[in-house]
Amino acid sequence: MSNSTTSRGGGTQTVPPTREGSSAASGSTGRTPRPEWRQRLTRLDVRLSPYLYISPFFVLFLVVGMFPLAYTAWVSVHDWSLIGGKGEFVGLDNFREVLGNPYFTKQLVNTISIFLLSSVPQIVIAVVLAALLDNQLRGRTFWRMSILLPFVVSPVAIAIIFGSLYGDRYGLINELLGHVGIDPVGWHTERFASHVAVATMVNWRWTGYNALILLAAMQAVPRELYESAAMDGAGRVRQFVSITLPMIRPTMIFVVITSTIGGLQIFAEPRLFDETNARNGGSDRQFGTITMLIYDFGWQLRDLGRASATAWLLFVVICAFGIANFLLIRRIGALGGDR
Amino acid sequence: MALTLATTAAACGGGDDDGTTADGVTTITVATFNEFGYEGLIDEWNAANDDIKIEQVKVGTWDDAKANLYTKLAAGSGLSDIEAIEGDAMPAILAEEGAFEDLTDDEIDGRWLPWVEEKTLNADGQMIGYATDIGPEGICYRADLFKKAGLPTDREEVAGLMGTWDDYFALGEEFIKKVPDTAWYDSSGGLAQAMLNQVANPFETDDNTVEVENDELKAVWADVTGNIEKGLSTKLPQWGDDWTASFQNDGFATMACPGWMLGVVEGNAEGVEGWDIANVFPGGGGNWGGSFLTVPSQGDNVEEAKEVAAWLTAPEQQVKAFAAKGTFPSQVEALESDEVTSATNAFFNDAPTGEILAERAQAVTVQPYKGPKYSDILQAFQAAVLRVDDGSQDAAESWDQFVTDVEALG
Repeated sequence: MSNSTTSRGGGTQTVPPTREGSSAASGSTGRTPRPEWRQRLTRLDVRLSPYLYISPFFVLFLVVGMFPLAYTAWVSVHDWSLIGGKGEFVGLDNFREVLGNPYFTKQLVNTISIFLLSSVPQIVIAVVLAALLDNQLRGRTFWRMSILLPFVVSPVAIAIIFGSLYGDRYGLINELLGHVGIDPVGWHTERFASHVAVATMVNWRWTGYNALILLAAMQAVPRELYESAAMDGAGRVRQFVSITLPMIRPTMIFVVITSTIGGLQIFAEPRLFDETNARNGGSDRQFGTITMLIYDFGWQLRDLGRASATAWLLFVVICAFGIANFLLIRRIGALGGDR
Repeated sequence: MALTLATTAAACGGGDDDGTTADGVTTITVATFNEFGYEGLIDEWNAANDDIKIEQVKVGTWDDAKANLYTKLAAGSGLSDIEAIEGDAMPAILAEEGAFEDLTDDEIDGRWLPWVEEKTLNADGQMIGYATDIGPEGICYRADLFKKAGLPTDREEVAGLMGTWDDYFALGEEFIKKVPDTAWYDSSGGLAQAMLNQVANPFETDDNTVEVENDELKAVWADVTGNIEKGLSTKLPQWGDDWTASFQNDGFATMACPGWMLGVVEGNAEGVEGWDIANVFPGGGGNWGGSFLTVPSQGDNVEEAKEVAAWLTAPEQQVKAFAAKGTFPSQVEALESDEVTSATNAFFNDAPTGEILAERAQAVTVQPYKGPKYSDILQAFQAAVLRVDDGSQDAAESWDQFVTDVEALG
C-alpha cells in the first residue's frame, strides 16, 4: 500500500511544473481558472490520498483502541458495578485502593517474573531456531511448518496437557523427578515453580511463531554479505553476530515489543493452569497476574471501577517496559556495528 | 450504555444467537455444570417435540458457570435460555432485580418441598427458579480400603462408627495409621462444605450483615485446618486435576456425599471397585447444594424456556435424572415415588441409595442462612482452606487474609 501511494505521488509530482508552465503561458492572453482549480485538486489528491488510504486502520483503531482506553479511564474514576452500572464520581479512590491492595503488588511481581521467564528464553530460542532454519535443509517447508504447530493448538488444549504434566501429586514431571530421587515440586503451590510452569506453556505456544517472523527477516538479508564476509574469513558465528543480528534489528524490535505486550497481559495460561475454584492464580495467588486481578475485581467482585483502575495501571507498566525494551534493543543492534 | 466494556469480554464467549430458525424450530439452550443427569431426558424431549428442541451446554464446575453467568448478565446478552444455578448462589441471583423471569405458575403449586421452594422466592414473592435436586449427604467410602485397615466394611456397621465429627475424625486417625498412603477424606474443601452446611449462620446474620468472625465458623475452621496437620486430608483442591486423579490412585477412603456427588464419584472412579455409601452423616444431617433452573429475561424465547424448565423439573423427569446420576429429587411426588424409594446403585455395591438419601434428607435439621454474599465469601473461605492445605500459609495467617478478603468484597 505504501509503495503504491509513493509511486503515485512521484508520478503526479512531475505533472505540476508542466501545468504551471502552460498556465503561465496562457496567463498572458487571459484568465483561465480551470487549470488552476484542477491543479489544486491534484495537489490535494497528492497530499490527502495517502492519509485516506491508511485511514481505515486509524478509524478502526480509534473505535476499538482509543475509545475503550478513554472509556476505561472514565469508568476508573467512578464507583461502577458490573451489574448496577455507573455510580458516584470518586476521583482517584479506585487507584488508591488498588495500589494499597497487597494482591496488586504481589500479582505485579508475578506478572513481571512470568514475563521475564517467558519472553527472554522465548526470543533467544526463537533466534537460534530461525538461524538453524535459515540453512539449506532437506524438507525445509516441513520443518518450518512444524515449529508453528504449537501456535495453532488452542491454549485450552495446551493447558489440559500441561496441567496433567505439572500435576503436583500425580503429574508426569514429578513422577519422573521421583525416579531420579528429586522431591516432588509444588508446581501449583510454590511461587517460583508455578511461574516456571506457566512460562513453559507460554513459550511452547509462542516460540515457533516468533521464530518464523525472525526467519522471514533473516531470509531478506542479502546473501552477498555472507559471501564477502566468508571471503574475509569470518566464521559462521561471526557472520551471525556481525551480519544477521544487525540486519534483523527492526524485526527484532517488533518481536520484542509484541512479546512484551503479550507477556505482561498473560491471562489464559495461568487461569487455566489454576486448580482452585476461585481461579485467581493459586490459593495464595502464587501465579496470579495483573490481568487476572482485573478479572477478579471486575467479574468476581463485580467492581468495574477497581478493574478499570488496574487496567490503566497495567497500561502504564506496559508502556514503560515497551520503551525500555525499545531503547535496549536499539543499543544491542548498534553494538553490532552496522548503521 | 452502562456496560459496553463487558460486551467485549462476552463476545469472546462465542455468540451463538439463539432463536427460531427458518423452519420454525426453536432451540432452547440449557446451561448446566457437574452432572444433572439430563442427557437421557433431552433425547426424550427432542424425540417427542418437533417445534422446540433442547440443547445442553455443560461446563465442569459451578465456579466456571458462575463466572460465565455474571459476565453475560452484565453484557445483557449471551446467556443460555435456561441457566442452572447452584443452591449457595441462589440468594445472590434473587437479589438481581429484573434479570430473571418470574416463573410463578399455579399448575406447579406445591411441586417442591416447602423449604426448597422458599429458596426460590425473591423479596417480592416471585418464583425465580425451579428446583432440580437437593443434596442430602451421606458418607461414601471405599469398603476395600476399610478392609485393608481392619475396619468393618458393612454399610450398617460403618454408619454406627460415624455419629459425630469427633468419631469420624478419630476413626480417620486409626485408618491412616494402618494405611499411611491413603488420606481419610477427599479434600479439606469438601469437609468444610459439609461442616458449614450444619451451621445456622456461617457468614451472615439474618439481616444480611456479614459476620465471619463468629465462634461457630471459627470452630469449623479449627477442625478443618487441624485435620490437615494430622494428615486426614488429601490437601488437594476439590475439583482439580489431582483431585480427580486421586479417585484412581486410592488417594482417600471417605468423602461427604450429597446425592448429586454419586454421579461424580462414579465418573471419576470408573473401574475402581469397592465404593459404598453409609446411611450416616457426622453431626446430624446436612444438605449440600441442590440446584435451580432459572430463565434469564435477556433470552429471546422465555416462554418456551419456561415450558422446558417446568418439564425438566417435573417429578417424572427428576426421577429419571436420579436414576441416571443420583441427583436426589426435591419434588414431593418424586420423593414418594416407587422408583426413588426402591432405587439401588450398582456402582455403590447395590446400596439402596433411594432409601438412604430419603432418610438423610429427613435428618437435616439446620438450614444455614445464606445471604447474597454467601457464594463470594464461600469462595474466599475455600481459598483460605487451600492456603493451609498447600502449606503456603499457617492457619492463623490464612484466617487473617480470609477476613481481609471478605472485607474487600465491599
